[in-house]
Amino acid sequence: MKTLMLGNEAVARGLFEAGCSFVSSYPGTPSTEITECVAAYKEVYAEWAPNEKVAMEAAFGASLAGKRSFCAMKHVGLNVAADPLFTIAYTGVNAGMVIGVADDAGMHSSQNEQDSRHYARASKIPMLEPSDSAEALHFTKLAYELSEQFDTPVFIKMCTRVSHSQSIVELGERIEVSKTYEKNPQKYIMMPGNAKRRHPVVEERTRLLQQWAETADINRVEEGSDHSIGIITSSTSYQYVKEVCGDTYPVMKLGMIWPLPVQKILDFAKTVETLVIVEELDSFIENHCRQLGLTCVGKEKFPCIDEFSQNLIGEKLGKCVQSGTKLNAAIPQRPPVMCAGCPHRGLFYTLAKNKVTALGDIGCYTLGAVPPLAALDTTICMGASISGLHGFTKAGGADGKKTVAVIGDSTFMHSGMTGLVNMAYNESGGTVIIVDNSITGMTGHQQNPTTGYNLKGDPCTKVDLETLCRAVGIRRVRVVDPYDLAQCDAAIKEETAADEPSVIISRRPCALLKYVKHNKPIIADADKCVGCKACMKIGCPAISIVDKKARIDNTLCTGCGVCAQLCKFDALAAAKEV
Amino acid sequence: MRTNNIMIVGVGGQGSLLASKLLGRMLLQKGYDIKVSEVHGMSQRGGSVVTYVRFGDKVYSPVIDKGEADFIVSFELLEAARWTEYLKPGGKIVVNTQKISPMPVITGAAEYPQGLVEQMNAAGLNVDAIDALTLAEQAGSAKAVNIVLMGRLSRCFDFTEEEWMDAIEKSVPAKFLELNKAAFRLGRNA
Repeated sequence: MKTLMLGNEAVARGLFEAGCSFVSSYPGTPSTEITECVAAYKEVYAEWAPNEKVAMEAAFGASLAGKRSFCAMKHVGLNVAADPLFTIAYTGVNAGMVIGVADDAGMHSSQNEQDSRHYARASKIPMLEPSDSAEALHFTKLAYELSEQFDTPVFIKMCTRVSHSQSIVELGERIEVSKTYEKNPQKYIMMPGNAKRRHPVVEERTRLLQQWAETADINRVEEGSDHSIGIITSSTSYQYVKEVCGDTYPVMKLGMIWPLPVQKILDFAKTVETLVIVEELDSFIENHCRQLGLTCVGKEKFPCIDEFSQNLIGEKLGKCVQSGTKLNAAIPQRPPVMCAGCPHRGLFYTLAKNKVTALGDIGCYTLGAVPPLAALDTTICMGASISGLHGFTKAGGADGKKTVAVIGDSTFMHSGMTGLVNMAYNESGGTVIIVDNSITGMTGHQQNPTTGYNLKGDPCTKVDLETLCRAVGIRRVRVVDPYDLAQCDAAIKEETAADEPSVIISRRPCALLKYVKHNKPIIADADKCVGCKACMKIGCPAISIVDKKARIDNTLCTGCGVCAQLCKFDALAAAKEV
Repeated sequence: MRTNNIMIVGVGGQGSLLASKLLGRMLLQKGYDIKVSEVHGMSQRGGSVVTYVRFGDKVYSPVIDKGEADFIVSFELLEAARWTEYLKPGGKIVVNTQKISPMPVITGAAEYPQGLVEQMNAAGLNVDAIDALTLAEQAGSAKAVNIVLMGRLSRCFDFTEEEWMDAIEKSVPAKFLELNKAAFRLGRNA
């Protein structure tokens, strides 16, 4: 049967068909839907782990036990999982193990633009790179064959345009795979003595995989009529090249990006006058070609910044590129904003009002950095708010006063906890604010250990944040409702003035959750409104000033009432319950 | 057949994913090669969003570039103006005249430009402007703007109303089926 699938959905289908039966992941755009989609197959156990390191180690454990396993993460998640990665490369697997990693060239939803292909080379783990959904499905299944044939974990490397593009796939049947576990300390206990014996095995494996790459049909040459140029490419770049060039130039399309073939590339280079490497982000294939002594055109022409498109490739290859009509009007930007009714808004307003230094973290609440709230000072990576706060206060930043970390419930579970332990253990000051909206918000509502539900939506053990914070040694722990500005204000003033570390849990579920009941829209009274714009300080998309009076957009307003608390003229009132 | 390009643009949260799902299903039924490229994650939070739908005998790139779109369907007026450069000469813009102020306008840092439909017409663009919000409300929900606009776009293709209704049935939950069918017809016949 033929159907349309997102690249991520196709990876999930590939997992199902390959007989994968254990999946553990942490959500991260653009990788999230792989795990959400695979959870729909009852044959596959799937879960959200607290972070990518846990997910990868769990997947390794499942492989060891004899089940084909998988973990998915975004590019920066692979940094978190890098520790087990480099050693699982040595142990190899029992049943097949596949690691899905999704890059985000163009940074649609990421804090950096790292190129995860370097991890394949650095960890000596083979990496397959699909260019559409059909390949995503095919390569995922192939990855398990390679994993078991060569005794190695295998990467499936996605990118935003492959993960989040739908194209046609052909569905197949599931096979079942199961192996038995046998104790093998020399292979699985990586103490120095054993690891020294495993490293040569890894090098030999890479040599064999490179031989495989020479003849594998996923590394193919597509003939062209004009040999003045020959292009080596992969992933979504291949699609742009074909879009622009059709069958004009010969194209080597690489499906395995590590290890790369040698003779195949040398042979291809001999057939063309100018060798051109088209790859997004870093010069990975290009470096390989140069190492082989080949002269080629690469990053001096094709940027290492941002994603490509057909016009960019066309222009660089000297083709005439068309453009449409641009209007003369100044078109204001439309950046993402906190939703109307977002529980984070009241908290960030209070932080900004108190001129607090706030180290931020990764999640919807990163939008607290955007004007008019502009309440954040840093955003680095998951967990960095709390560890950063510790260093900042120890170093006497902001005179040691009024400094906070802001971190979400899911991110706190991911890697905030260890930072909090450090704050208690090494006795720093500062206040950690856990913005607990009872869901992983930015990636589209995934459950986490604090929500009380698992990936499949079933009730499960729930981490009690207050107890956890007290258990690590924080004595001052309090909970506030971020819709109540006076309560937030008092908590922030008191906790940032305290001589010891403290935690404020700002708790209210995400306004977009289906079970959250909204109030009736706020009613703006034009007679009472003096047009002072005090209500505009919270940056709510449901409020605008029209003809110098506040106006509420009834389709957006959730009646949270934060704006009403800012109005000194009673012009914004809650609707009366009928 | 050459590749046809449709861009669906709007504001995160307006339902462009459902619209592209409907289009994708319709085109799959007709046997085309298809690519649909979506936006997930941060940009969805009230930001400017764009979905690319491409179909033909063989589709390579998942995205549409400047000067390539045969059709742009805009769920919001300012977003139509933002993306006109992507329209191919002779292409058509179907635009909802609804205005949603972006944050720089709400905060007073920028102004919502006036007379955008007139400016697009004056620039020689083929503009089909409709008040999809009113039609969606007529159909029973302001949220059906997306399907009203798909109904409007459907006039540009040879597919029959029955084929579209079939695709709608396969794309929306049963309890919203009649609402969406009504919204589609209002857009198609308005």
